[in-house]
Amino acid sequence: MNTRRNFIKSVSVIAASIALIGTAAFANAADDTIKVGVLHSLSGTMAISETALKDMALMSIEDINKKGGVLGKKLEPVVVDPASDWPLFATKARQLISQDHVAVTFGCWTSVSRKSVLPVYKELNSLLFYPVQYEGEELEKNVFYTGAAPNQQAIPALEYLMSKDGGSAKRFVLLGTDYVYPRTTNKILRSFLHSKGVSDADIMEEYTPFGHSDYQTIVANIKKFAGEGKKTAVISTINGDSNVPFYKELGNAGLKAKDIPVVAFSVGEEELRGVDTKPLVGQLAAWNYFMSVKNPTNTAWIKQWKDYAKAHNLPTANKPLTNDPMEATWIGIHMWAQAVEKAKSTDTDKVIAAMAGQTYKAPSGFVAEMDPKNHHLHKPVFIGEVKADGQFNVVWKTPGPIKAQPWSPYIPGNDKKPDEPAI
Amino acid sequence: MNLPKYLVATLISLLMFIGHAFALTADQKITLITGDNELRIGALSKVAESSDTEAIPYLQAISDDQVKIKGKQIFIVNDSDVIDAITGKAVELPDDAEDVVNNNQMRGEIDATISALNLFSKETKIRLDAAKALLDADPSAGRLVLIKKAEQQETDSAVKQILFQVRAAIEINSEDKATRLAAAKQLGESANPGNKQILSSRLGPDGEKDQEVVAEIKHSLNLIQGHMAIYDKLGQIFTGISLGSILLLAALGLAVTYGLMGVINMAHGEMMMIGAYATFVIQNLFHHYLPGAFNWYLLAAIPFAFFVTAIVGIIIERLVLRHLYGRPLETLLATWGVSLMLMQLVRTIFGAQNVEVENPVWMSGGIELATNLILPNNRIYIIGFAVFVLFAMWMLITKTRLGLFIRAVTQNRAMASCTGVNTRKVDAMAFGLGSGIAGLAGVALSQIGNVGPALGQGYIVDSFMVVVLGGVGQLAGAVYAAMGLGIVSKFLEGIAGAVLAKIFVLVIIIIFIQKRPQGLFAFKGRSID
Repeated sequence: MNTRRNFIKSVSVIAASIALIGTAAFANAADDTIKVGVLHSLSGTMAISETALKDMALMSIEDINKKGGVLGKKLEPVVVDPASDWPLFATKARQLISQDHVAVTFGCWTSVSRKSVLPVYKELNSLLFYPVQYEGEELEKNVFYTGAAPNQQAIPALEYLMSKDGGSAKRFVLLGTDYVYPRTTNKILRSFLHSKGVSDADIMEEYTPFGHSDYQTIVANIKKFAGEGKKTAVISTINGDSNVPFYKELGNAGLKAKDIPVVAFSVGEEELRGVDTKPLVGQLAAWNYFMSVKNPTNTAWIKQWKDYAKAHNLPTANKPLTNDPMEATWIGIHMWAQAVEKAKSTDTDKVIAAMAGQTYKAPSGFVAEMDPKNHHLHKPVFIGEVKADGQFNVVWKTPGPIKAQPWSPYIPGNDKKPDEPAI
Repeated sequence: MNLPKYLVATLISLLMFIGHAFALTADQKITLITGDNELRIGALSKVAESSDTEAIPYLQAISDDQVKIKGKQIFIVNDSDVIDAITGKAVELPDDAEDVVNNNQMRGEIDATISALNLFSKETKIRLDAAKALLDADPSAGRLVLIKKAEQQETDSAVKQILFQVRAAIEINSEDKATRLAAAKQLGESANPGNKQILSSRLGPDGEKDQEVVAEIKHSLNLIQGHMAIYDKLGQIFTGISLGSILLLAALGLAVTYGLMGVINMAHGEMMMIGAYATFVIQNLFHHYLPGAFNWYLLAAIPFAFFVTAIVGIIIERLVLRHLYGRPLETLLATWGVSLMLMQLVRTIFGAQNVEVENPVWMSGGIELATNLILPNNRIYIIGFAVFVLFAMWMLITKTRLGLFIRAVTQNRAMASCTGVNTRKVDAMAFGLGSGIAGLAGVALSQIGNVGPALGQGYIVDSFMVVVLGGVGQLAGAVYAAMGLGIVSKFLEGIAGAVLAKIFVLVIIIIFIQKRPQGLFAFKGRSID
C-alpha cells in the first residue's frame, strides 16, 4: 500500500509540475510571436532523412520572419525530437499542442509516424503539414499533405517505363521494404498493371525487412525473372538505408540500368549522399522536384539553402543538397503563412478554410496549388536518371501539375469515397 | 589461303576510306543530339550503316554526357577543356549552353552503335569487347547490315562465334522462316540468360506462329535451362557462404568478449561501426594526401581500424566493465548505455547522415563463371578476409603468451592470479582484442553496405545468434554456426522470401536452443556454473 501511495503521490507531483510548466509556457507565449512546431526525428534510424527537413523548416521560418512575419508577428519555432520512435511521435505532438500551444506543426516522415499522431491532431483540433510522398488511402481534416499521392509519383513512373522512351517494359518486379507504404503502393500498382493488360505471371512481388543488407538472393531472383520473358523493370519502394546495399549488389551482379531499369520512390539526392553513385548511373527516380531542375526560383532557393547551411554551420554545409520533401516543407510553411494572413487568425478551422486554393511559386518551376477540397497539392511529376555526381537528369516530366487522388481509383471501393475530408 | 586474308585487308582499308569520305557533317552532328529519341535513333542508324569509325569519339562524348548545345553550336566539355565539336577548336563555354540529355534507351543505342563500329577495329581485343557488348545490348534491326559485314570479314573465331549469336538475336524476328529456324538453333548453343529472354519472349501469343520454329525455340530453351540450373545452385551456395563469412566476422569479436569473458556486450555493434568510420577516415586521408595510392587505402584501414577500436574497447573496459565482472546482466545495461553514447558521439562528429565509402577498383565487379553466375569481387575478398581474421585469431589464442593468459583467466581467474598473471591487464587486453576484431568486421562491412551511426544495430542480434548457437566460449562453434546460418537463411530466402526466411531462422534457433541449450559445441570445463 505504501508504495502505491508513494506512486500516486509522485504522479501527482509530476502532473502538477507539468501543469506548472505548461502554464509557464503559456504565460511566456507573449502576444508578439506565433509558435510553430517542428516534429522530425533528429536521432534514430530516420535521422538520416528527417534532419534535413528540420533544418529546412527552420530556414523557411527564418525566411518568413525576415519578410515581416505573419499578421505582424514573428514565428517562433519549437523543435522536438521524437527519436524515430513511433509512439513517441504522439507524445511529442501532444506536448507541442497542449503545452507549447503551437498554431501548426510541420513534421513526420514515415507513414507509421503519421498514423501515430493523427488521433492527437483530431482530438485537439490542431494542424499538421506532412511533407513526404505516401501511399494515399487517407484524408484527414487536420492534415495537409504537401508530398505526392500515388497518382503523382508511382503511376506516372510506371507509365514512363511502359512507354517507348522508358524501354517498353512488359514485366515488373515490385520490390519493397515490409511495411504499410510499400505494401499499399504495390497493391495499387498491381491493380494498375492489371488494367494495362499485364498478367500476374509477369509481376514479381518481394519484400525485405527494415534494414535488410544482403540483397544477393533477391538480385539473383530478379536476374532469373528477367531472363524468362520480355523487358523487365524494377519498381523499388525500398526505404532508407537498405537502398545502398541493394544498388551495390546490382552493380556487382552486372545489371545495368539499360538492361533492367530500377525506378525508386524513396531515393533522392539526400539518400544518394552516402553512396558511390558510379554503378548507379541511369537508374531512375520519380519525384515532384529535383535539385537539378533549372529555373530561377530553384536557383535562388538552392542558394538560400546553401547560405543558410553555411551560416548555421550545418554538418552538411560542405555539400548542401535539396530534395523533394524539403521542397514540400518549404511550400507547406509558406502556404500556411499565406492562409493565416488570409484568415487573419491562426485558428485551426479558419486556416483550413483559407488554405483551399492557395498557390505558391515552387522551386520545381511550377505554381503549386492547394486543392480547394482534398488537402493535397497539385504537383508536376518528374522522372530523373541518376548521374555520376549523385544528381538527376530529368528525362521526362508532366506538362503541368497533376491533381492528387488520395483515394486511388485502382483500389476497389474507393470510387465511392468523397474527395474531401469528413468534418 | 593468303588470298582471302588479302581480300579482307583490302576490304578494311576500303571501309576506312569510305569512313573518311563520310565523316560526320555538322548537320549530322546536330541531328544526333536534338529532337526526340526516335529522330536521334534514326540518325544513329544512318551512322551505323555508313560504318563511319571516325564518328566513335563524338558518339563516346555524347554517351559520357560531355556534349552541350547552344543553337547550332556544339560543345564537348571535358573537365575544364571545351572544344567546338564542329570546328575542333578550343572555345569558351557560354553560360546558357544546354546539356544533351540521354535517357537509358538513348544511351543503350549510342553504346551499341559505338560497339558495332568498333567491330572494324584492327585490334582483336577491341573487336572481342565490342562483340560482347553487342550481345548484351538490345537487338536492333538497324545494325543487322553492319553486323553481317563485320561477320564476313572477321578472322578471329571467338569474335565470330559471338557475332553469330548477335546476328541470331536480331534474325529471330526475321520475316523468313528458315532464317528464324537457324537463329533459334543458334541461340540455344550458348547458355546466355539474354538468349533465354529473347527466345521466351518469342513464345508469347503475339510471337512465333510457325509450329516448327516454336518446337526449335522450346528445344533451345531447354538446353539453356539445363546449363543454367547447375550454376543457379552454385550461386546459391556461394551467397550462403558469403553471408556466413560476414556473420562470422561480426561474431568473432563477440565470441571473445561474450564467449570467453562473459560480458554481454551490447556495444559490440558500435565497435563495428567505429571500425567502418575508421575506414572512412583513412579513405579521406588517402584522397587528400595519397590520391595515387587510393586503391590501396583498405590495406591501411585494416590495422588502423583494429587499433582504434581496440583502444576504444580498452577504455570502455577500464572505465566501465572492470567493475562489473561476474554480473552479466549489469554488463548488458552498461554496454547498452555505452552503445547509445558511442552512436551519439559519432553523430556529433560525422553527422547523422551516412558517409560515403568508395569501393577500390579491385573490389568492384566480379568474376564471371558463367553468364548467369557472377561472383562479386567484394564478396570473394570478404570471404578471404574472414578466413584470415579467423586464422590470426586462432594463432593468437592458441600460440601466443597473451592467448595463454586469456584462456587461463577465463577458465579460472583465481588460479591464474595466484600463478602471477596480471588478470586486470589480461581482461583489458582480451576486451581490446574482441573490440579490435569487431573493428575489422567494420572494415569489411563498409565495403558492402551503409556506413552510418546505426550500422552496428543491424548486426548485433545476428552476432549474438551466431555465438549462442555455436556454443558460448567456442571459436569452432562460431565458425560452424555462422556458415550454417548463412547457408540455411539463403536457402530459405530462395524459397520463402527475405521476410519469412528471417522468421524461420529465428524459429529454428529457438527450437535448437531448447533441445541443446549449450549450443553446437559444449564447453568442457569447470568454469561453467
